[in-house]
Amino acid sequence: MMDGGKGFEDAQTGEQKIRNFNLNFGPQHPAAHGVLRMVLELDGEIVERCDPHIGLLHRGTEKLMESRTYLQNLPYFDRLDYVGTMNQEHAWCLVIEKLCGVEVPRRASLIRVLYSEIGRILNHLLNVTTQAMDVGALTPPLWGFEEREKLMVFYERASGGRLHSAYFRPGGVHQDLPPKLIDDIEAWCHEFPKMLDDIDGLLTENRVFKQRNVDIGIINEEDILDWGYSGVMVRGSGLAWDLRRAQPYECYDEFDFQIAVGKNGDCYDRYLVRMAEMRESVKIMLQAIEKLRAPEGQGDVLARGKLTPPKRADMKTSMEALIHHFKLYTEGFHVPEGEAYACVEAPKGEFGVYLVSDGTNKPYRAKLRAPGYLHLQSMDYVAGGHQLADVAAIIGTMDIVFGEVDR
Amino acid sequence: MTEALNELGTVIESKRPDEVVSWEVSYDELTVTIRAVDLPVFMEFLKTDRNCRFTTLVDITAVDWPSREERFDMVYHFLSMYQNHRIRVKCAVSEGEMVPSITGVYKAADWFEREVFDMFGIIFKGHPDLRRLLTDYGFRGHPLRKDFPTTGYTELRYDEVEKRVVYEPVSLVQEYRQFDFMSPWEGADYILPGDEKADGKGGEAKG
Repeated sequence: MMDGGKGFEDAQTGEQKIRNFNLNFGPQHPAAHGVLRMVLELDGEIVERCDPHIGLLHRGTEKLMESRTYLQNLPYFDRLDYVGTMNQEHAWCLVIEKLCGVEVPRRASLIRVLYSEIGRILNHLLNVTTQAMDVGALTPPLWGFEEREKLMVFYERASGGRLHSAYFRPGGVHQDLPPKLIDDIEAWCHEFPKMLDDIDGLLTENRVFKQRNVDIGIINEEDILDWGYSGVMVRGSGLAWDLRRAQPYECYDEFDFQIAVGKNGDCYDRYLVRMAEMRESVKIMLQAIEKLRAPEGQGDVLARGKLTPPKRADMKTSMEALIHHFKLYTEGFHVPEGEAYACVEAPKGEFGVYLVSDGTNKPYRAKLRAPGYLHLQSMDYVAGGHQLADVAAIIGTMDIVFGEVDR
Repeated sequence: MTEALNELGTVIESKRPDEVVSWEVSYDELTVTIRAVDLPVFMEFLKTDRNCRFTTLVDITAVDWPSREERFDMVYHFLSMYQNHRIRVKCAVSEGEMVPSITGVYKAADWFEREVFDMFGIIFKGHPDLRRLLTDYGFRGHPLRKDFPTTGYTELRYDEVEKRVVYEPVSLVQEYRQFDFMSPWEGADYILPGDEKADGKGGEAKG
């Protein structure tokens, strides 16, 4: 600069005076897994600060729920985390059943477990493969999505919907599974591990994949507690915390499965945990199928009563059944006054519903507790000091879906 | 389960008699009610006490009760992965009252408190960055309050003439449908034509 200085100031031109660079990551970035806008402050390629702006997919689900009946609210849960849909319906059903004191029939309970695990595999397949895509591998998503397609056909054959199923209902599940469908799911369970081995072969020892994931986004026990992590984010760091085991709901306590845990708590371990969890889910599915075929597993799939519709055949002959059916689908059922919190181990972590009921047919207040919300919140902490390219890898293994974060 | 929670409730009350207003166990869940001013101290206790060890913050939310004098209920959920139990802490807050932030105790409270501020307009004292979180940039009002209409006040569309997104007051082709499901004799007070005759007044006027 021409300020009269004599030294070597001219060596430092305006270009060389380095200032931090602000970068908008998203909202339309494929690696943001949805509509995430992140304002990144970069020092060179190092992330100094990271401010996620969420809410671009906010649809006001909680507000909408307050003006709809309990049954009308159920499909909203498919639209939260639209990858593991039935797991969230499960939480809604559980909280209503808790307040109403309804016991779910055994067959319905087994079907719920079966489909929750299908949901878990659906989610993990999407997450593992697209995260691999974020760090440069193209083949895994192609292979993974083929399997997802098969699983969505199972969804469709049970509920009629490939993605938004609305299959779990307070008091059970909507319809019984045909025997052929159970056979087909079983056949798939035997084929699927081979396909997992293929993905394993592609990624686990892949040099590029390891370079991008090992020692990236390390999380220790203290971080887990500070930031309220749940699900794979906890298990990837070596804590064997799984609600299916720790606070069993439905009939998970009678299933034999292992809880996969990581050692280092980095992105790579979380990938390994997800792969192992898929294998465990297949085990649970096979056990559920076996139990569904056992004599104790037969019977109705809905706890017949105020919460559930009468049987179709009864409606043809009984006036009361017809009136009940009409009242259920117009007015809906009433939930006793009170408040309750129910949660499930959704594929992404603890998904919970806090329900305040005032005794009418609509929830007075329903709070949806999404695991991804807390994970994304800590982005500034986890991504700080990492390279820009690692941000995509970290978002990938945090398993963030904006349907549930923004609600 | 319930017995263990009853025991825990008794322990918490005996250790913190000044802060606990009341506690109860219902649906296998322990709810402790405290006063809003005691929040950070009580949370610190819950986090560090050996019997509690509620180290994970699960959720923070609020419930709006417009007819009550203390309009809002702040609701906190905690989990202890070590003791494997949960707790719910509640405190009543009136409109305009500042609630002490617990971000100093639980880092995870940051976004939850921002969300509650956004949705209910409850202000947290000591929060490092109390901005709106989920609603649009420049949004006005607090959507989850019961007096906020579900349709909102503004809608936006792309204007072909101005070549940008414009905000306009909401205009509905059809009124937002809210059905009254209460029994006719305990629900809404309908005004039907001809009803005035029943009280006798209408009849007198006619003469």
